[in-house]
Amino acid sequence: MPLYHDEDQAMLADTATSFMADEGNIAKQLRHWRDRDCPDGFGHALWKQMAEMGFTGMLVDEDDGGLGMGHVEAGIVLEQIGRNLTPSPFLTSSVLAATALKHGSAEMKGRYLPGLIEGESVFAVAIDETAKHRPGRITTRAEKSGNGFKLNGAKTFVIQGASADMLVVAARTSGGDEDNDGVTLFAVPKDASGISQDPVRLVDSSVASHIKFDGVELDGDAVIGEVDAGRDILNSMLTAGRVGAAAEGIGVASGAMDMTIDYLKQRKQFGTLIGEFQALQHRASHLYSEVEIARAAVIKAQQLLDAGAESAELMSSVAKAKVAKSAGLAVKEGVQMHGGIGMTDEYDIGLYMKRDRALQEFLGDAYFHANRVAEMSGY
Amino acid sequence: MTDLETFRSETRSWLEANCPAEMREPVRDEEDVYWGGRNATFKNDAQKAWFEACLEKGYTVPAWPKAYGGAGLEPAEAKVLREEMGRINARPPLSSFGIWMLGPALLKFGTEEQKKHFLGQIARGEIRWCQGYSEPGSGSDLVSLQTFGEDKGDHWVVNGQKVWTSYADQCDWIFCLVRTDKEDKYRGITFMLFDMESEGASTKPIKLISGNSPFCETFFDDVKVPKSYGEGIPAYVGEINRGWDVAKYLLGHEREMISGAGGGDRTSAIGAAMKRHAAKTGDEIDPVLRAELAMFDVDALAYGAMGEKFLDEIKVGKAHPAQPNMMKYAGTELNKRRHELMMTAGGSRSLEWESEETDGGKPSRNWLRTKANSIEGGTSEIMLNVISKRILELPGS
Ligand SMILES: Cc1cc2nc3c(=O)[nH]c(=O)nc-3n(C[C@H](O)[C@H](O)[C@H](O)COP(=O)(O)OP(=O)(O)OC[C@H]3O[C@@H](n4cnc5c(N)ncnc54)[C@H](O)[C@@H]3O)c2cc1C
Repeated sequence: MPLYHDEDQAMLADTATSFMADEGNIAKQLRHWRDRDCPDGFGHALWKQMAEMGFTGMLVDEDDGGLGMGHVEAGIVLEQIGRNLTPSPFLTSSVLAATALKHGSAEMKGRYLPGLIEGESVFAVAIDETAKHRPGRITTRAEKSGNGFKLNGAKTFVIQGASADMLVVAARTSGGDEDNDGVTLFAVPKDASGISQDPVRLVDSSVASHIKFDGVELDGDAVIGEVDAGRDILNSMLTAGRVGAAAEGIGVASGAMDMTIDYLKQRKQFGTLIGEFQALQHRASHLYSEVEIARAAVIKAQQLLDAGAESAELMSSVAKAKVAKSAGLAVKEGVQMHGGIGMTDEYDIGLYMKRDRALQEFLGDAYFHANRVAEMSGY
Repeated sequence: MTDLETFRSETRSWLEANCPAEMREPVRDEEDVYWGGRNATFKNDAQKAWFEACLEKGYTVPAWPKAYGGAGLEPAEAKVLREEMGRINARPPLSSFGIWMLGPALLKFGTEEQKKHFLGQIARGEIRWCQGYSEPGSGSDLVSLQTFGEDKGDHWVVNGQKVWTSYADQCDWIFCLVRTDKEDKYRGITFMLFDMESEGASTKPIKLISGNSPFCETFFDDVKVPKSYGEGIPAYVGEINRGWDVAKYLLGHEREMISGAGGGDRTSAIGAAMKRHAAKTGDEIDPVLRAELAMFDVDALAYGAMGEKFLDEIKVGKAHPAQPNMMKYAGTELNKRRHELMMTAGGSRSLEWESEETDGGKPSRNWLRTKANSIEGGTSEIMLNVISKRILELPGS
């Protein structure tokens, strides 16, 4: 498969580009909700609109009422989300949770997917237990109790956790904290008793929740897939999420870069446009090159994932790490090349820097993924 | 099976049957490369057999039309062939500036007779070409070149000096930028083709920091260049005085080639190999070096995807025309970093300049050679200038 969008995908990209620019732009969404101190950090009306566009159920199989599309397509939407810094539950609900739900029973799909597809429901994924992403270690425990389970433990930094109607929770059902086996995924309804939420606002105005599970009683049918065999599902969910986060990161990077290049063509100092200074030209061109390469890694990872290739795992980490590095460069150069105005809240470039910082951390930073690349390569 | 799948499986079995085991080893130095030319000799039987098998299939230049000695492969087929050769690490059967540089320029600007004549020679490895662009006073600012061809009716008399002419002392013919109009900087250069055995043409090798002498100073002292080599075969490409257009087009191909976009070394991870290498001598990879190797591998694998994307896009006209400059910049900087890391991972062993263990100082000589990557074919700074101007469209650049 050639590494560019086919005709259908190019059409989708056009649609997503204009929709997100019109409806998901910074003034209408990010600033609007931030300035109102919205507890969700995103707008439900936009989520409904995204459902009308067919975005929310893109990755859901056609048999389950979705569009049965792939990660290239989801990435197209995510790139525009990134470019517009649009706060929405798309990545957590439509990519991460939707990937987990593929492994759910028919009954579970029937319970949750229609709400997702309609843009009525929001899902979150509760995996991390520390400030750094370390999915290898899971200490939250679910113990057999009657026909079901009792969930005890805590999850941290669950993005949109307090807004979610359902949480995908990774818990240990057997074995030690670091064991690969013995992990089970649960679909936990938000109103289950024994859940306490402690939402915190993050630097990018998104809201994450620290969630405690104190003897939360779950029915047996809350299990996604098989008991003790959740690691594979967790991994496929993480891979999908990382590739998705990388696609969003490319949007953030190119949004910041384009803004900066435009500024170099407008701002005058010493009687000339600052874009005439070779010192800035070279840094801008280096940045362009890094962002292009990151973009290639992302589409490669998406295609491999859609093809079910074994190397998708490796490439997902390459993509996440490469995007982290180049988007990081884009926002840092962006602020610097804007000078003082880049430090102001009124100007958007700083918002890109904040969003990038949060995305860097989400599902593993550049170091985490470079380390995985090394491990998967045998060193 | 689709046609492409059939082609893949046929290619696979053809390679299995025809590519000797020795030709599936990585290229270690110049001698492992078959350059062709009047004075060419094969290093061994395997190299000869592999070249001849490819020649018969048109696989020395697989994507060129059959009429000019190629196999006439469609872009998708050429990609499959590249992938399948890459899979078994097959060496290129023939390497030459004729294939990488002059060929593409002739395909675009040449007359039909010129193509038949010169492209066929290149495909068969009969004539080895060198590139006469740079001059002592004209490097990055190439268009200021001074080598002058005086018009004498049916021929020119060429005088001047070129420098850094790779392999000039081993080449048969030169494609050479010659000023034919002193009044017009850009429209006063002719892209000439002539024999290096012509009277008045001479070369003097220059020794590099790697100890090798792959390039020369080239002198032209009243060299007589006829304007035509026969019916429909002018001695210049494109039009007289419009050689700059050809030169720039060719530079695009040169940059693409130097970028390593076609895969191979520049796009592969090195961490695992460095670890194995260190283990052989009882060493361990330092954890901080491991981290750097991992970061490098991220960049190399991402660049591999970029190379693939670039080639896919260029085929359908989706790539920005100036994109080869970006590929060259990124690919060569990456390759320099690769060799820095390999030197470090090898420790003091890689400092050996002449030992048997290092096959005559390969690690250090190769490391030093890579420093030229970001100079030859246009420096990294010039690449960044071009990206600024043509892709980012920054002002005044
Ligand atoms: C191994 C090797 C093989 C080569 N083979 C050939 C060959 O076969 N045929 C051939 O014709 N030539 C060949 N070259 C020559 C090569 O193309 C030139 O060296 C190159 O174009 C740079 O020119 P220069 O060496 O004169 O450096 P200069 O142009 O003098 O550059 C010196 C420094 O100034 C910087 N600089 C120059 N202009 C600018 C600018 N506008 N903005 C910012 N920085 C600038 C450069 O980037 C560089 O860092 C070869 C070179 C090498 C190293």
